[in-house]
Order: sequence, then structure tokens, then C-alpha cells
Amino acid sequence: MTGAPILAAKGVSRLFGPNQVLFDVDFELRPGEVHALIGENGAGKSTLMKILGGYLAPSSGGLEVDGTPVSFASHREAEAAGVVLIHQEFNLAMPLSVEENMFLGREWKRGPFLRSKDMQAECRRLLARLDCKVDPRLRCRDLSVPERQMVEIAKALGQDARVLIMDEPTAVLTARETDVLLEQIERLRAEGCAILYTSHKLGEVARIADRVTVLRDGHRVACREATGFTEHAMAEAMVGRELSNLFPPKAVPGDEVVLEVRGLTVPGHAKNASFRLRRGEVLGFAGLVGAGRTELMEGVAGFRDASGEIDVFGRRVKTGDPRATREAGLVYLTEDRKEKGLLLGFPLSQNLTLLALDDFTRGGVRIDKKAEVQALARAVKEYDIAARDLTMTAGGLSGGNQQKLLIAKTLLADPGIVIIDEPTRGVDIGAKSQIYAFIAALAAAGKSVIVVSSELPEVIGLADRVVVMHRGTVAGEVEGEAISESAILRLAMGLDEKEPEPA
Amino acid sequence: MTAAQTDAAQTDTGPTAAAPRPRRRINLHVLGPILALAALIALGAFLNDNFLSAGNVQNVLARSAFIGIIAVGMTFVITAGGIDLSVGSMAAFTAGITILAMNAMIEPLGVSVFTIVLGMLVALLTGLAAGMVNGALIARVRIEPFIVTLGAMGVYRSLTTWLADGGTLSLNFELRSLYRPVYYDGPFGISWPILVFALVAILGELAMRSAPFGRHCAAIGANEQVARYSAVRVDRVRMATYALLGLLVGVATIMYVPRLGSASGSTGVLWELEAIAAVIIGGTVLKGGFGRVWGAVVGVLILSLIDNILNLASIVSPYLNGAIQGVIVILAVVLQRERKAED
Repeated sequence: MTGAPILAAKGVSRLFGPNQVLFDVDFELRPGEVHALIGENGAGKSTLMKILGGYLAPSSGGLEVDGTPVSFASHREAEAAGVVLIHQEFNLAMPLSVEENMFLGREWKRGPFLRSKDMQAECRRLLARLDCKVDPRLRCRDLSVPERQMVEIAKALGQDARVLIMDEPTAVLTARETDVLLEQIERLRAEGCAILYTSHKLGEVARIADRVTVLRDGHRVACREATGFTEHAMAEAMVGRELSNLFPPKAVPGDEVVLEVRGLTVPGHAKNASFRLRRGEVLGFAGLVGAGRTELMEGVAGFRDASGEIDVFGRRVKTGDPRATREAGLVYLTEDRKEKGLLLGFPLSQNLTLLALDDFTRGGVRIDKKAEVQALARAVKEYDIAARDLTMTAGGLSGGNQQKLLIAKTLLADPGIVIIDEPTRGVDIGAKSQIYAFIAALAAAGKSVIVVSSELPEVIGLADRVVVMHRGTVAGEVEGEAISESAILRLAMGLDEKEPEPA
Repeated sequence: MTAAQTDAAQTDTGPTAAAPRPRRRINLHVLGPILALAALIALGAFLNDNFLSAGNVQNVLARSAFIGIIAVGMTFVITAGGIDLSVGSMAAFTAGITILAMNAMIEPLGVSVFTIVLGMLVALLTGLAAGMVNGALIARVRIEPFIVTLGAMGVYRSLTTWLADGGTLSLNFELRSLYRPVYYDGPFGISWPILVFALVAILGELAMRSAPFGRHCAAIGANEQVARYSAVRVDRVRMATYALLGLLVGVATIMYVPRLGSASGSTGVLWELEAIAAVIIGGTVLKGGFGRVWGAVVGVLILSLIDNILNLASIVSPYLNGAIQGVIVILAVVLQRERKAED
């Protein structure tokens, strides 16, 4: 954390049409520091990162590299100056090998031919720097998500990056994978890299950052040393008000069993899983990423072939038929909002009613568009969806508002049972507390909810009972006072299992 | 963008300021094909006095009907993210089967309206069955639509040639005389193909615009996964688009057979491309997710008018018809892309 800044933004503002999203923001990165940038969705983080990375030009204000004013015409120029932005969605060509990706567009050649051997060696060297043992000849498609992340970082290092801008690098990582990544970041910092780090997980920020800048509504509201900046203080700075308890009080579940799953097997993902859900209950599902929670739930909801017995409100439901399951009163809210949840290019109203379209169809053939518009107006109010206008497309909403729209869409079908997979993925803290309140209100209204989440505080804060999965099986269950991070983690890691693990 | 958007909504003063922007864009988007059509009509009227005569208009519309009816079905297939290259061959095959069936029924049933009605039924069923085979291979067996229908295109073309033994299948002369009015006559001096085309187009437009079927097609074309997770029966809808297209090929064939009274290996050649071109000119997105039935109708009319104008006015050789149509299709896609870039 010494020396003059490598990269600095001086009084940067940015407008999109009539909307100003950044107001006169200063930001700087010194060699050997991790500078965290935090803020709610829409606070202007992405815009600032894109300006620093050369993807956007500032409307006013400017950038300095090593104290000299520069203006990047494109991200290529920024990369030439050693500033590399690593996107949240990876920029890797999945069918190509690690080595081909790493040198894409800047291949080493001898005459017209590729120097594959040399490139592979360089690739290995760069990955070794990150303590990553991926074979450069593997195709990126066959890598795990954290491995892909390492390849992205190695690619940046291969371009002699001095400044790494990381856009929520841990959003898709498990706790253990996050640890590995943070270790690598510490290593890079020790080597003198400057790192801009964003994350919604404030615990990570407190752990890794040397300095923290907080953006709110496009303004820089704080920039200080990370030491002594508590998570709670960060969250309050982001939201700009005092945060009351994030989690609403839990409702008391009834006795009636509304969903009973017996011996459900989803080939390749879940084996012989059984569990029950009672009326008015919030049931948590925890486990490490890859434990088969999502796949099991997709099996329950009929989106995957499964064998076993599923009783919804006492009625046996055929497996593998999502429509029948929905008609029986069970709906599933996907974790993958962009690919499975919403049609981003479609208007809000058409997204809202897609699942419950039957209810908006008159005489079996005509969609009642007036009713659709009314339903949207109600949903926007009820779920506090911040939409510019009601005719905009779903893709124009921020992550938190998309998630609220998805919740509205799912609940429009008026289900008795809702399975919500990762209810707050990629959602800022303000929307988070709202979503928690929706979930609690559902349970209080006598609906039953299953919350699948990788964030333990979320499961613990919401659920009356937590089912923990380990390698595709139900490892155990904790209830009431017994719910704690350590109890869940022991089960999730398979530590409480009596039988020895087969290979 | 929670906060930024709330700000924006306030500064924009809500709907009054925000509404005109999207509307203007949609208008351009919508007007493109209509303007092109209007320009063509003006050009035609300017070049030839006969162009707007009832006879010529009737002629253009009746000739458009075959491709037009098929293009309506094609709109649903393309909107749902599919393609069907086999419709031209399928039409030839259906025509062949229909003619053979009608000829065979003369023996037991005689030259009667009943024979013709049964023949029409054969045409509809043949088209429907052929469409369902395509649909089943695509939706259930999950083979690429391009491959399935490319294969089917060869199969039906070859079967037709084989049925005709390399020559032509001709409808019995007396039966043809009885059947003829279905192409040439109709109520109020409007021939049947035009009426059927109009009916198909109106029903298609309603289905696309305000029925769950159209919405589901667009959803599947935009993102199949989202559709699946929204409890849309993706396989069934996809299957239905191909079955519907097959059925409409049957309808088109019913109108086509009385026109020439024959079918051969060269019947319906390149119809698939004309139908696809009409759909694309009309503003339907080739990779799916958005479809416009009336656009396809306008597209068909544009293509037939070009042909008609070239024939009437001897400025450019009618042999260049294909070239001009080709340029227009490419142009339409370029315009579509620029529209997208604006978003």
C-alpha cells in the first residue's frame, strides 16, 4: 500500500441519456493494495469499473495512469496500459482449450504457425503463479467455475496486468473456493498488483480489502481504510440509513404435511432423498455447491427425470411433468434468473403472466391484455419493483428488481408451495431484506416455502428447519435452536455420517 | 438500478415523457414493410395503367395465396426458433397424393363433389401428417430443424418424382373441370384462394397476437429454458408449429391443384425459400422470439408485386426477378439488425 497510485479516476461523471449514474467520483488504486468498491445494485459500481477498464468513456472528468492523464479509447488500450477488467460472466470461448483461450487474439507465432509448445509452457507458468493445476490442453467447457476464474486471472496476468478489476469474482463460488481465490488475491497483492474488488459479501470485503470505497446513487459516500470498518457499518453506508434486523420474525408452522417426498432419485444428482414440508413452514435446504440441492428441487418440480414418490397436498404427482406439478400447487423459482427465469427481451407484463397465462386466457384462446396490465400494476406496487415505465423489457431492470419480478411471476400462479432457489443471488442488501419479508409473509399467510441457499446466514435467518445435503443425499436435518452454521457445515461436509464414504 | 431508476422516473415525469420514445421506434419498425409495399404499389401504378385493374389485383393476390398461406404457418415455426425447408417439396408430394387419391376415387364414387371433398381431406391429412413427422423428429427426437427438414425436402421431392415416374401426375379431366372453380371462382367475384388466404392470415394474426399459443411460440424462440421453467409444454408447442405448417401446406395444395390439375417433381420448387423470405421481410426474427403474421402477409405481397411489376413493365428483364427478391431479403435483415443496434 505504498507509492503513488497506478490508476486514478478524477472527478468522473457519467450520463446515460438524461440519467446521471456517476457524480464527480474520485477513485484510486495503488500498487500492492486491494481496494474494495461496494454499493447497492445501481449505485454505479459497474459503470465506474467499466470506465476504469476502458469499456466506457466518462462524460466528464478523467483517468490518470501513473499520474499522467489518459483517455482509453477502448478496453484494448486499457489492457495495453496494464489495466484488465475481469467480467462476472466469463469471457472464455468454452469449446477452446485453456491455452487457446489464454492467447486468443495474441497468439505466439513462428511465421504463419502457432508456437503451441511455448504457449503451453507459458500457460502453465502463469497458472502455477496462481497455484492452479489445470492442464492447458483441457477445454474450458470441462473446467469447474473457480478454475475458469483462475484461467481468466491468469489470462490477465499474461497481459502483464498491473491493475486487476474484479467484478464480483466470488458470486458463484462456494466458501472453500472463495478461500482459494482470496489467497491468490493476497499473493497478487504481495507481488505489487493493484486490485479493485467488488462483492456483495461484506465479510469477504472486510477480510481482504486494504481500503474501501462506498458508492451510493452514483456518489462516493465513503473512502477509508478497511481496518475498523465493520460489516454493519459498510451496509449502513451503502444503504444510507440504519439497518434494522435483516430477517423478519419466523412464523410458527402448522402440523399438516403439504409436501411429502419419499425416496426421490434424480439420476446423477440426488439419491433416495426424502423430506416433508408442513403448512406455513419455511424449510431451508443447505449444502455445498454440487451437493445436488438444485437438481433435487428441479426433480421435485418436474423439470428433471426422477423416480420416487411426491405427494403434493396429499395427492400423488407424476414425476417429470412440471405443468402437473404446478397445477397441484407447487412452483419452483429458479436460481438462474437470466437463463431460466425471465425473458429479458420481453415486456414486464408478458414475463409476469407467462407461468399463470391460463388464468389470463378467456375462452381458452384469447389473452386478456387489460388484465395483464392491471396485474403488472399490482405486482409493481406489491413487490416494490422499480420500473422506469411499465412497457420496458425485463432486461432493463436491475438484478434486485428482476428478482422481485420473478418472485411476482411465480406467486401469480397462486401456489400453495413455493421452492425458492437462491432467493437473493446477485441482489443488493436493500432488496434482500424486502425479499426476506416476502418469504416470511408467505409463510405467515399459510403457504409453505422451501429456501435453497448457499448463504448460510440466509438459511439460518429464515428457516424453521434446515435439511442439509451432502453428495446427492440428505445428510441430516437441524431444527429450531439447534440450527447453527457449524451444525449445518458438519452435515454438509459429511462429517456426521456413520458409514465410511465410498471413494 | 433501484435508486437511479427511481430518479429517472422522477425526472422523466413518468409516462408523458417516457412514452413517446419507445412508440416512435416501434412505428419505424412497423412501418418499414408497409412503406415498401406502398412504394411498390405506387411504382406499379406509375409504370402500367393496367396495374391497379381488378383483373391484375385479383391475379396477384391469387398467386400470392399459396406462398402466403404457407408463410403464415412458417411465421409460427420461425418465431418458435425453428425453420422448415421442406414445405415446397411437401406441397408437391401432397399435390401428388391428392391427385392420385382423387383419380382412384372416381371408380367407386364417380366424378362428384363428394370425390373432391374427400380429396381435399386427403390433402389436409397428408400435409398434417408430414408436418407431424417433422415436428416429432425435431421436438421429440431432438434433431436440428435445419437437418430434419433438409432431409424431408429431399425425401418428398424424390417421392413425388417417383410417384409420377419421372413425369407428371394429372388429375382426371372431368374431375378437373369440376374442381377448377375452386381456384378461379368464388363469391362476390373474389376467388377462393384470396378468401382462404385472408381467413388464414386473420386467424394467424389473432393466434400470434392474443392467444397463448403465439405467446408461447415467442417465449420458446426467445429462451427455451425460461419457457420450460414457466411450465410451457415446449415439446408440444414446437410440435404444434410444424403440424400447423403441414396442415397449411395441405390447405395451399387444395387451392393449387385445380389451377394446373397436375403435379410433378418440379411442383413447388423454391416455395420454402419464398415463404421464409416473406416471413423475414415482414419483420419476424430469424432466430426466433418475435413474430408478426401480418408482416409475413406484407412480405408475400411485396415478393409477388415485384414479380408482377417486372412482368408488366418491360424495363428490367423478368429473369432478374430472383435477384431483386434476393437483394430485398438481405436488405430486410440488415434493417432488422440496425433496429436492434438502436436498443
